[in-house]
Amino acid sequence: MNFLDSSVLTLVTFLPLVAAVVLLLLPKDEKLTRWFSLYSSSFIFLLSLYLPWRFGQFQEMHTEAEHRLFHFELDQQWIQSLNIHYHMGLDGISLWLVVLTTFLVPLGVLISWRSVHDRVRTFFVLLLILETAMLGVFLALDLFLFYVFWEATLIPMALLIGMYGHERRVYAAVKFFLYTMVGSVFMLAAIIWLYVHTGTFDYENTRAALADGTLPGFAAAAPILFLGFFIAFAVKVPLFPLHTWLPDAHVEAPTAGSVLLAGVLLKMGTYGLLRFNVGLFPGQAREHAPWIVTLALIGIIYGALVSMVQPNLKKLVAYSSVSHLGFVVLGIFSFTQAGIDGAVYQMLNHGVSTGALFMLVGLLYERRHTFEISQYGGVATPMPNYATLFLIITLSSIGLPLMNGFVGEFLVLSGSFQARPLWGILGATGVIWSACYMLWMYQRVFYGQNTNPANQALRDVTRRERLALWPTAIMALVMGVASPYWINQISPAVQATALPEQPYRSPYKRPVKKAEKTPAAAPAASATTTEGATH
Amino acid sequence: MPQITLQAVDYMAILPEIVLTAFGILVMVADPLAKAPAVRRQLGYVALLGALASVAATFVQWTVRARSFGPAFFGMLQVDTFSVFFHFLIGGIAVVAILSSWDYLETQELRNGEYYALILFGSVGMMLMSSAVELVLIFIALEISSISTYILAGYRRRAPESVESALKYFLLGSFATAFFLYGVALIFGATATTNIYDIGRVLRSDMTNLAYVAVALMLVGLSFKIAAAPFHVWTPDVYEGAPSPVVGLMSTAPKAAVFAVMARILFAGSAPGWFWIIWVLAALSMSIGNIGALVQNNVKRMLAYSSIAHAGYLLVAFAALPELGITAALFYTASYAAMNVGAFAVISYLAGHGERYVTLDDYAGLGKRAPGMAAMLTLFLLSLIGIPLTGGFFAKFYVFNAALRANLVGLVIVGLINSAVASYYYLRIMVYMYMKDGREDVPLRPVTPSLAAALALSALATLYLGILPQTVLDLATRSAQELLQRR
Repeated sequence: MNFLDSSVLTLVTFLPLVAAVVLLLLPKDEKLTRWFSLYSSSFIFLLSLYLPWRFGQFQEMHTEAEHRLFHFELDQQWIQSLNIHYHMGLDGISLWLVVLTTFLVPLGVLISWRSVHDRVRTFFVLLLILETAMLGVFLALDLFLFYVFWEATLIPMALLIGMYGHERRVYAAVKFFLYTMVGSVFMLAAIIWLYVHTGTFDYENTRAALADGTLPGFAAAAPILFLGFFIAFAVKVPLFPLHTWLPDAHVEAPTAGSVLLAGVLLKMGTYGLLRFNVGLFPGQAREHAPWIVTLALIGIIYGALVSMVQPNLKKLVAYSSVSHLGFVVLGIFSFTQAGIDGAVYQMLNHGVSTGALFMLVGLLYERRHTFEISQYGGVATPMPNYATLFLIITLSSIGLPLMNGFVGEFLVLSGSFQARPLWGILGATGVIWSACYMLWMYQRVFYGQNTNPANQALRDVTRRERLALWPTAIMALVMGVASPYWINQISPAVQATALPEQPYRSPYKRPVKKAEKTPAAAPAASATTTEGATH
Repeated sequence: MPQITLQAVDYMAILPEIVLTAFGILVMVADPLAKAPAVRRQLGYVALLGALASVAATFVQWTVRARSFGPAFFGMLQVDTFSVFFHFLIGGIAVVAILSSWDYLETQELRNGEYYALILFGSVGMMLMSSAVELVLIFIALEISSISTYILAGYRRRAPESVESALKYFLLGSFATAFFLYGVALIFGATATTNIYDIGRVLRSDMTNLAYVAVALMLVGLSFKIAAAPFHVWTPDVYEGAPSPVVGLMSTAPKAAVFAVMARILFAGSAPGWFWIIWVLAALSMSIGNIGALVQNNVKRMLAYSSIAHAGYLLVAFAALPELGITAALFYTASYAAMNVGAFAVISYLAGHGERYVTLDDYAGLGKRAPGMAAMLTLFLLSLIGIPLTGGFFAKFYVFNAALRANLVGLVIVGLINSAVASYYYLRIMVYMYMKDGREDVPLRPVTPSLAAALALSALATLYLGILPQTVLDLATRSAQELLQRR
């Protein structure tokens, strides 16, 4: 382990915070602020690409026998008398969520270039602080540290919504804050209980202690502990019926806020479900799976139905998130390799495509200042490039084959079908619903006669907006075609976290010997260059 | 008759108190001599010097432990890590309170002299409370601290609400001290001694029913002083009327001192039958404090209710296992002091002449008008909510940790639900500051160096306790151990 490997996670996590502090010290100049935020967040993105590159090397180096769950680990004592550690590490599940986060932040900066004109510096400072907190959530391997980062995401996000949002922003911000706060309080109780009984906050040690089954009082407390974590994450996902904060938060949030909220913050919930609920309480998770899956299925169908009747464009996208995140939860609690692989992959897909959808919707709002679908129609005529991009993302979102959404949804559905056919069947209807509401929305906004006089002279996407949107469109395609590259990295971690009892068998896994012929770095390099070039 | 000789060592035991008293008298004497207001303003420096000197004196006590630690004045005082912890804390609070009073007195056009002297004398009483182990001395110290705060509460004597505040505090306060005194009398009747260690020894060997009544009566008196529900009714009115920097002081320092007394009586004195009393007091204080705060529009009243709730969290620690519980309580008093004194420093800055601007509406748009001030208040509010990386979070975490170790699941659940509820009203202040459009007619003065210093001190302490709590935690653990050893 060289120095860079053990410190790169800390660097990636805290560089945004450093950038935020520097931003506060720089002269109060809007142009400088924007460029500085763009450069620093792009630099952090490039730095974070070191992770998948090196991760690929690790995968080649370690054989199955000495397979380590976490890489790039750094474990330092923080508060000695409580045995709290600064323990960071990353596995195949968190790897791409980290890259997704660093990928979306510079795009968020680009998309807020003109739309934020009041208190500009505070906006970008909050954005960068939020980035640090989100990255920390995915990388912390100490329960205390995890909770610290988890709570730290709350303030900047609530402020972003409340200070830069639309008319009902205060209501939305307070609702967002309270829902999450109430949820996480239960998680805190569960974390303290675990600490009191195991004497450690360390994720792996806790896991070992719980798996041991000899912890006194654990049998009685396990359902309550499981629920403690579950409520915190279910609010964040959001799982039906705890989703009501989401449409408000999304509709009122500024575009960059929505992008990060949908792209990353919701994934913190599903990531937590997988890492903690499934990872720490495998028995409980299986026991509770039926009703959780039921809620997920209700979420899929209910979210889709509500999207269908939404007159508000942004609310439609928001409710589609409820539906899509239902797929992720369905996949996780199907307890099949394919299902959970697909769930993790779907987290990334949703981040890319819904993030892009919010950017698209946001820039339409910048031009027309309304989200009402009825105000639009025939927009494809004045904005042809915009319509093309929107179409690509729409197709990715509804899971057209060759697009990223297809891979994730297919894996989730095949996994849940293996678990219980009914789950797969009901889940599959969600795919149809999503095609209905997305395509219908697309038709109403872009096709037909452009009759509204306000829509006659809409400006097409500018260079800056294109720079923000094309990377997501390209990633949607690349992730649809080259999915084995991602699944191969995700799959072993999924197996180790959620299905330790099953022998590992990946649907895509290359035979180890063949790997020497096709250099391992090749897919990694090609993917990085695509990402790098598009950036 | 034993021959009474006071050794030099005994003076070491009350060195911080001596220093404070000397400076307090100096301020009192110099006050009438200084005719010009400009000269009188310099008394603030003298008081600040006094408070700093008392912190230094405590430090001297701490460094020459061999000479200063142990019983003094025939067992009336006990200097140990426990008392040193509170001396540091109370001295520190006094420093910040004096710093934030500086330009407050100027804006309110209040006289300087005896104000500072009263802060110093009050601190003497509070410090003495934390080292006294003899009930009569505790009572005297309690009175010294109370009487000073009664006067300070009414210091804005031209404002009717301030006079109301002082009168209410005085009447109810004397009533409550009477209860305490009753308890002292009864415990003396039961054990024939007023020394806490002797009481403990007697009670452990031969428990009498009288002791239960005595403990209940003493707890009534002490609960009043820490504003624990159901003895909290005075708090909102008194805090609303009293000068803001004084509220910062009296919501933290006397409370800390009373908690010290409580810990001594309950643990060192082996008092019986208090567990369920404390349990109910804790649950009621948390719930009533937080629910009451939800509907307040006056920031001072809101923080008054919040201080009731925080007394509740602190009492949770008392119900937990002794060693961990006392450690948690000590840490909690320290971080609560840091954040609350800081919050009231911001409030006293914003209040303006005659404390006219203390409602939520006056805080609207503060994020734009005074970004630095708003950021500071946000930090203190986040700490009061219990967001990680602030002292408030770690203190709460430690309290709940101690409580869960003692299997107090019910109390922990009440506490956690309360912290979720509480986040709403703290958040409301932030919402007004950052998300509402400002009122232009609220005047803002430039920030003076003294206020900046007060804010910086509290902010640093809040963050330090949240990020690197180890040092203070060690000190608190050691205090708890020493308290429990000698009984």
